[in-house]
Amino acid sequence: MADNINERLNEVFRNVFDDDSINVTRETTADDIEDWDSLEHIRLIGAVEREFGVRFTMKEVSTMKNVGEMMDIIAERG
Amino acid sequence: MASAGYPFDPAEITEKRKRIKRELLADGTKRIKKNIAVLGGSTTNDIVSALEVFLLREGIEPAFYQSEYNRFWQDAMFENAELREFKPDVIFIHTSYRNIAAFLPAASASKEDCESALNERFDYYRRMWDRLLSEYACPVVQNNFELPPYRIMGNRDCFDNAGSVRFINTLNGMFADYAREHQGFYINDINYVSSCVGLDRWHDEKAWCMYKYCCAVDVIPYLSFNVSRIIKSLFGRNKKVLALDLDNTLWGGVVGDDGVEGIEIGEETGTAECFKGFQTYLKKQKDIGIMLTVASKNDHENAVAGLNHPEGVLRPDDFIVIKANWETKDRNLAATAKEMDLGIDSFVFLDDNPTERALVSRSLPAVSVPPMDSPDEYIRTVDKNGYFEVTNFSADDLKRNDMYKANVKRAEQMTEFTDYHEYLLSLDMRAEILPFSPVYMQRISQLTNKSNQFNLTTRRYTQPEIESVAADGNHITLYGKLEDTFGDNGVVSVVIGAVDGAVCDIELWLMSCRVLKKNMEYAMLDTLAGECAKRGITELVGHYYPTAKNGMVKELYSDFGFTKTSEDENGNTEWRLKLEGYKNRNDVIKINQ
Repeated sequence: MADNINERLNEVFRNVFDDDSINVTRETTADDIEDWDSLEHIRLIGAVEREFGVRFTMKEVSTMKNVGEMMDIIAERG
Repeated sequence: MASAGYPFDPAEITEKRKRIKRELLADGTKRIKKNIAVLGGSTTNDIVSALEVFLLREGIEPAFYQSEYNRFWQDAMFENAELREFKPDVIFIHTSYRNIAAFLPAASASKEDCESALNERFDYYRRMWDRLLSEYACPVVQNNFELPPYRIMGNRDCFDNAGSVRFINTLNGMFADYAREHQGFYINDINYVSSCVGLDRWHDEKAWCMYKYCCAVDVIPYLSFNVSRIIKSLFGRNKKVLALDLDNTLWGGVVGDDGVEGIEIGEETGTAECFKGFQTYLKKQKDIGIMLTVASKNDHENAVAGLNHPEGVLRPDDFIVIKANWETKDRNLAATAKEMDLGIDSFVFLDDNPTERALVSRSLPAVSVPPMDSPDEYIRTVDKNGYFEVTNFSADDLKRNDMYKANVKRAEQMTEFTDYHEYLLSLDMRAEILPFSPVYMQRISQLTNKSNQFNLTTRRYTQPEIESVAADGNHITLYGKLEDTFGDNGVVSVVIGAVDGAVCDIELWLMSCRVLKKNMEYAMLDTLAGECAKRGITELVGHYYPTAKNGMVKELYSDFGFTKTSEDENGNTEWRLKLEGYKNRNDVIKINQ
């Protein structure tokens, strides 16, 4: 399950940032991906929500610190 | 690759826009560059990136200026060096309900207070438009307002003086009045777009509170697509022709197999009514100047019999060209384009058969080929693509079908003459060739943006630019109208020359292909030479800038007797002609009589 989430999430990241060299891990943060700014964050959140059929709360969107936290929320809701 | 128009997947546009943009830019299409200033009352980044994708698909490569967050009014109202330097070709003002929410009257407000709140809001926008139109002399596109996310008084909100629904509807009406009264001003109707999407989906508190987007992020592409329709229309990227299949596209069934009595059209069955509705829709398009042709695998007699079905709406006479034969459809379309003297990129092909659509898409990629899978979706699919978005509407648009029909008749008459000069004389052509005058400004600007083939410099002018060239005294401007025994062609040629001492530099020379080989270009040259003589001008300078489409006029100046004086590595050429002893070339068209 966790592997599967990681794989699907990676595909979403590659699409949004148009970069096939991206390999996200639990520790990946916005600092690790060059184009990951606040504007891209909006698109990324939308894309992840669609891919996994989940909705993040406003609080989660603004406090998520790394990909691991995102994966945990997905695993919990999915 | 994402689909080229409606229906599109908004999530795909948003998420994969970088990839889509990269692929579009690499596809080898020659695009016109345009500067688009987006003055936003909320976040505009995603609106701009979706707009970019849609414009690239229409052959326009945009560069953008975006105002700082919610600085649209300041950007417009105060001197702005950056914006002026940017030289916008279009200004798009992206405001929404969020920009007027704070000014909606309280439910307890008096009638007078409500009226003054309305006038005050309208004035706030009107002052901005007035200034932009006069300072930047380019088209201005302004959002109207979507309906609010909630109604304090419930249904009463739509009629009570203080109702927010009434306020927005009335303000939208005032915006529309301004648009009707001002050239170069256009409404991006987000009131309609948000209704199509659904207000509950459109309004998104999270998108507003967190990102300051006026609508949900995933509906942004619908908004951007609607703006792109207006912009591509302004820059002459509209389609002109609907090439139609017949069986199961214009009626249910196969006329060759089922017979005229057997096809479904009319009100007998649900399917029949569906097709009648679609024919009615097409007839309305035709009535505003969209041209219809047939591309059908059928015997000609059967096709015509089907179009004469007593319950049908479209008649054989409604079509410029009917190709009903057993040739492949891509070849029929190419032949039709040739007969009509139009680029293949002016065509939209409608066919219920996915195999035919795939063939045409592959063989003629410039043709728009929307999916037509279910008759009850036909109208929506064609309509939402905005192929024929009407930004400016000239009398010529209404006459277009007659003009193209007359062309076919002229071609028939031509076969009766062995001497071409005799034929031209038989047409009894009369031209009006005069300096630009106010009634034709719109048509002239439209022509500069639409003409690609017989166009020496392919310079585009907005209407305000045309007006300023006409007024400035340093230019010779000429429009040419041509009439003959078969009808009036309207304004078909435009020439602009910049005067510098004894030299006139021809900045623009274009002619509509509908009057090719009529010697109209000679009539224009003669008149230009006459104008020059009056002003003591002794020399003409011409330029030819090659594009993918204007190869036909590469040697025009040579034909005119000019001498080539330079040529650069891109094939741009310069030509000169001494006017002393100029002899008129046209002897078949009567000018200004």
